[in-house]
Amino acid sequence: MSALSAPHGASATREKSAPAPFWNPYVAGFGLGLVLLAAYLIAGRGLGATGAFSSLAAWLANAISPEHAQASAVHARYLEAGTPLTAWLTWLLVGSFIGAAVSGFTAGRFRVSVERGPRVTDGQRLALALVGGIVAGIGAKIARGCTSGQALTGAAILNAGSLVFMLAVFAAGYAVAWFVARKEWL
Amino acid sequence: MFPLSSTMELSQVASLGLAVLIGIGFGFFLEKAGFGSARKLVAVFYLYDMAVVKVMFTAIVTAMAGLFVLSAAGSLDLAELYVEPSNYTAAILGGLVFGAGFVIGGYCPGTSLAAAATGRLDGAAFIGGIFVASWAYAEFLSGFDTWLAASAHPDVTLPGLTGIPMGWFVLLFVGFLALAGWGMSLAERRFAGLKP
Repeated sequence: MSALSAPHGASATREKSAPAPFWNPYVAGFGLGLVLLAAYLIAGRGLGATGAFSSLAAWLANAISPEHAQASAVHARYLEAGTPLTAWLTWLLVGSFIGAAVSGFTAGRFRVSVERGPRVTDGQRLALALVGGIVAGIGAKIARGCTSGQALTGAAILNAGSLVFMLAVFAAGYAVAWFVARKEWL
Repeated sequence: MFPLSSTMELSQVASLGLAVLIGIGFGFFLEKAGFGSARKLVAVFYLYDMAVVKVMFTAIVTAMAGLFVLSAAGSLDLAELYVEPSNYTAAILGGLVFGAGFVIGGYCPGTSLAAAATGRLDGAAFIGGIFVASWAYAEFLSGFDTWLAASAHPDVTLPGLTGIPMGWFVLLFVGFLALAGWGMSLAERRFAGLKP
């Protein structure tokens, strides 16, 4: 009797607290494609996730020392476009944060946690995430866009440079994953 | 008629409000796809879960087909859409650096936001990294940036380069997606044992 009721009880609790499964990737991709199409139809340009950070960096640099900020062509370019508060890309990011939070909460996936492979500690993983963010950020600045602004947005309109960028991202990704980062993830 | 940005005057509040709405859709589908999870994202590089490529490719084909159909129907002026100038040196160099950062950090910029929004502290650390990089790039590489911008070519698209109309590329990409979908399901079975 107890052998029967125990697993039943366990599975009932799991059913209650388990997060909803992710969507079928083709369905989620279709939805994402419609959002990208909407961005093109409304704003005349696609999506972008890195521009807002440059806008914020330029604004902060300018607040600390305007002469110093003007000395950098990159800061100057973003300052000319306005403050982060009036930048289209900033509000796109605010929306993305809200959209992801709503999706995560309603699916039972919100959890304060550190995602890592089984062979690294939380501390190591946080340090690697910071370093990875810096490296990817520099790459995105050099290429003038990331997986959103270059890969998705550019590929949809068959931009040659964006397609080359995407191939380079995956080439480096596979090389680093197989030869350098196995211990971090597997 | 489309894009609205060139056919009607939107107030700043309306324009930024639309940015929030589009962003909500973007973040929502990223999270639904599982892209708020670093392990789900890097799985693509170990071939046991190809969701990243499936989602990206489907999104690209969907948007591309939509742009093509609307422009063929005369409701969209493709020439009014912004096309980032192409610089192949920057695309290759930036892409290689970006790809390395993607694997090390476990995210790309958009997905790190989805991760942080669902409580992943590593996602927040990655965002901190992007901010540091954006600042450092402007401080130390602004000369390089000026050179990059000056040596980029405006409006280089495959239909423009080859003279082949966009519709054929849409067909090509749809066919390729179907073929790749089959290939990816084989890879996922073959490499299922790598899943930690």
